[in-house]
Amino acid sequence: MNTLIFRTVAPFLTALMVLFSLFVLLRGHNEPGGGFIGGLIAVSAFAIYGIANGVAAVRQALWFHPMAIAAFGLFIACIAGLLSFVFAVPFMTGLWVYPTILGVEIPLSSVMLFDAGVYLVVVGSITSIALALEAEDDV
Amino acid sequence: MTPDTMGLTFLAFCLPFLGALVAPALTRVLGHNAAWPLALIPLAIFFHFLGFNVEVARGEVVTGGYAWVPAYNVSFSWLIDGLSLAFLLLISGIGTLIVLYSGGYLKGHRHQGRFFSFILMFMGSMLGLVASDSFLMLFIFWELTSITSFLLIGFDHAREASRRAALQALIVTGGGGLFLLAGLLLIWNVTDVTQLSLLMSFGAEVRASPFYLSILFLILGGAFTKSAQFPFHFWLPNAMEAPTPVSAYLHSATMVKAGVYLLMRLNPVMGDTAAWETILPAFGGLTLLVGAVLAIRQTDLKLMLAYTTVASLGLLVMLTGFGSEHAVAAAALYLVAHSLFKGALFMVAGLVDHETGTRDITKLGGLRRAMPVTFLAAVLAALSMGGLPPFFGFLAKEEVYAALAGGNIRAIAYTAAAIIGNGLMFAIAFAVALKPFLGPPVETPKHAHEGPVLLWIGPMLLAVKGLVIGLFSATAHVLLTSPLASAIAGKPETITISAMPHFGVAFVLSLVTIAVGTLVFLSLDKVRTAVDGLIEDIGWGPDKGFDQAMRGLVRLSSAVSRLTQPGLMEIYMTATFVVIALALLVPPFVYGEWPRLPVWPANLPFHELAVMVLAVVGIGAVLAAENRLTAIVALGIQGFCVAVLFLLFGAPDLAFTQFMIETLSVVILALVMTRLKLTPRDHRPLREKIPDAVIAIACGLGFSLYLLKVTQGRFDTALTDFFNLYSKTIAHGANVVNVIIVDFRGTDTLGEIAVVMVTGLAILSIVRIRKGRA
Repeated sequence: MNTLIFRTVAPFLTALMVLFSLFVLLRGHNEPGGGFIGGLIAVSAFAIYGIANGVAAVRQALWFHPMAIAAFGLFIACIAGLLSFVFAVPFMTGLWVYPTILGVEIPLSSVMLFDAGVYLVVVGSITSIALALEAEDDV
Repeated sequence: MTPDTMGLTFLAFCLPFLGALVAPALTRVLGHNAAWPLALIPLAIFFHFLGFNVEVARGEVVTGGYAWVPAYNVSFSWLIDGLSLAFLLLISGIGTLIVLYSGGYLKGHRHQGRFFSFILMFMGSMLGLVASDSFLMLFIFWELTSITSFLLIGFDHAREASRRAALQALIVTGGGGLFLLAGLLLIWNVTDVTQLSLLMSFGAEVRASPFYLSILFLILGGAFTKSAQFPFHFWLPNAMEAPTPVSAYLHSATMVKAGVYLLMRLNPVMGDTAAWETILPAFGGLTLLVGAVLAIRQTDLKLMLAYTTVASLGLLVMLTGFGSEHAVAAAALYLVAHSLFKGALFMVAGLVDHETGTRDITKLGGLRRAMPVTFLAAVLAALSMGGLPPFFGFLAKEEVYAALAGGNIRAIAYTAAAIIGNGLMFAIAFAVALKPFLGPPVETPKHAHEGPVLLWIGPMLLAVKGLVIGLFSATAHVLLTSPLASAIAGKPETITISAMPHFGVAFVLSLVTIAVGTLVFLSLDKVRTAVDGLIEDIGWGPDKGFDQAMRGLVRLSSAVSRLTQPGLMEIYMTATFVVIALALLVPPFVYGEWPRLPVWPANLPFHELAVMVLAVVGIGAVLAAENRLTAIVALGIQGFCVAVLFLLFGAPDLAFTQFMIETLSVVILALVMTRLKLTPRDHRPLREKIPDAVIAIACGLGFSLYLLKVTQGRFDTALTDFFNLYSKTIAHGANVVNVIIVDFRGTDTLGEIAVVMVTGLAILSIVRIRKGRA
């Protein structure tokens, strides 16, 4: 799209949306949000960037192939489930630790890792579809 | 069975498969000499099972095994009695020689390691098959022998004939295996046991069951295909496309006998009925005659032997079902004798082929000087096959005639069939053993000389064994054949026949057979021409029938595919939505469960009303839009309105997701539209649009009615209460929706994201394919 305003604003918009998507992902456990929604927001961000500046720019910015991102997401989601075997509890049991970093107690859990996996799968899969459709020649 | 022997026996069943794993690597290091260490595997198995001989000879049955799926009464268990022990010893004993023989036969072949691997896998499957106690194991190993034999027949996969033969054998024997499975399931249903050892005491129940005939036909479907009974015999001669070690091992000594084994195994359970004693001898006898006559017609050494194998299998089936006093003993003797002499003769045929470059009997002659050891082995094996004293084959044949001979029509008919069959086989035996070796030397494609020790040790040992058993028959009967016959009969049987000719009906019949055989042998060329002419006149056989059936199957399936998979998006979508509409509308119509009309809510807030109106306007815009792109955007408006409604009614997560989905749908739909190069407008005339409109309205109506009905029902709050109660306390999360997704129902989500990813891959490849075409 050849609108100058859009092309100028798009990078900032994308950055903001990706940041927002991460925020939505992380707050998901207690407030509305989570991996699915966060992922969809990130996809929209990449789609906007792609429409504004072309597919090649998005691919360069993403560094990895979107499908690889999705595969990695599925991988860490599985790992989050398998972690419970280490502690001899049933598959997918949520595990929690509360380390204190710089004086702040931060709750970490396998559930969060799993949600991050969901986020990456959604981002990777749908972005790769969107980019493939946007692209004129390369995939 | 002590735990130690149990472990060792289990190891014996696993050993061939382990050997198959290392065979390729070993062959890479040692070349064809890998045969020597690899032959130790079957040899070790042979000696392990030989250790059971004493117990089994006493009439004991050795069982053992491990629980597999105890909940379904499935176990990995084995049953070693006279019948399975005889088979185990034949498989491992002949297997040892075959491994050695393959070492010489395929020396220098690029894929010799692979061949060793296949043949060991087959050996493991076959051992498992004959020792299986549980039905499931029997079936699995049965199909495994089909699969490994497919690999072996198609070993020379560059040739089309090999591939066809391999596929044919797989379809016929593997298909037969499905019959077997169905039969075993029926037996399970009738008797409630899943183990052969337990089944033995349920014979009366099976025979009295109303399903007896169904069971019989299903079991015979399995056995007759595997053991190449007429009219399923055609795959066996075609399987001669395999390298000769395979023909000698699978298609004479072991795999083709699996069907016979099954019949013998079930004889105590299913035998002794009119159907059993009519069908088995009838098909067996017919197969005997067909096989023997077709064998005469051949000039290829291997094909001659293959057809006589068909005939011998027919004889075995006939004896198993004959039901007279000596029949079972005769079957037992003939089974062992046949494996020995036929295995030897096949290896001789391969040896001649290997050294001269041809196995056409009309192009061979005078090899006795060049290949004296081979000649000796061939003659010894042929003497046994021809049934001359004091060879093992003679004992078997005497017992056959003792079993068949009788005064009634049935006995006379079957005796005549046996005389003709045996006479023709006699002629073939000596044709194979003498014609290539006697007479003046003939020029052959390769200069003939004696093969290496790896090649002649197998046939020689087997042929000599035929003589030794014949001479020391008393010991062999005690150790091997009597327990074998007892297991087939299901009651103690003692075989006493010895190699000393004793005057009687059987001996006279033997003499007649030899006379017939000698006559045919002397005029073999004339008989061959006559038979050949006859078969040519018939012009159609089951082999052609198989091709026709396969062609028909392919044609049918492509017609069905064309019908159900037209490749047109329009038709797929129409079908999907029609089914959805029917699924939603038919049940309330059939059961009269229509929802009540909704009541218009009193004092509806203005903003809710506004959103609803906006949604309706969005739909109206979709319908009114001239341009496709406008329609897509209008659809997005409608979706956003629904999302706002979700938000208003307290489902922020749902609303949030809906917003994102709507946005992306609009973007992706617009992109797809540009990529598909659709015209901006829908130019179809009205009458083509009407069916689509009807389907759309039906779907919408169906969903509306369905949702109305659901919301009018009583709401069960058990789950809501549970999640509200435990979401914070157990899963440390205040957002119930998210906690359900990632924690309570996390495994579901894992499956879903896997689906998302696979769908993404599928769509990506479709987009790429379209690009490739453009």
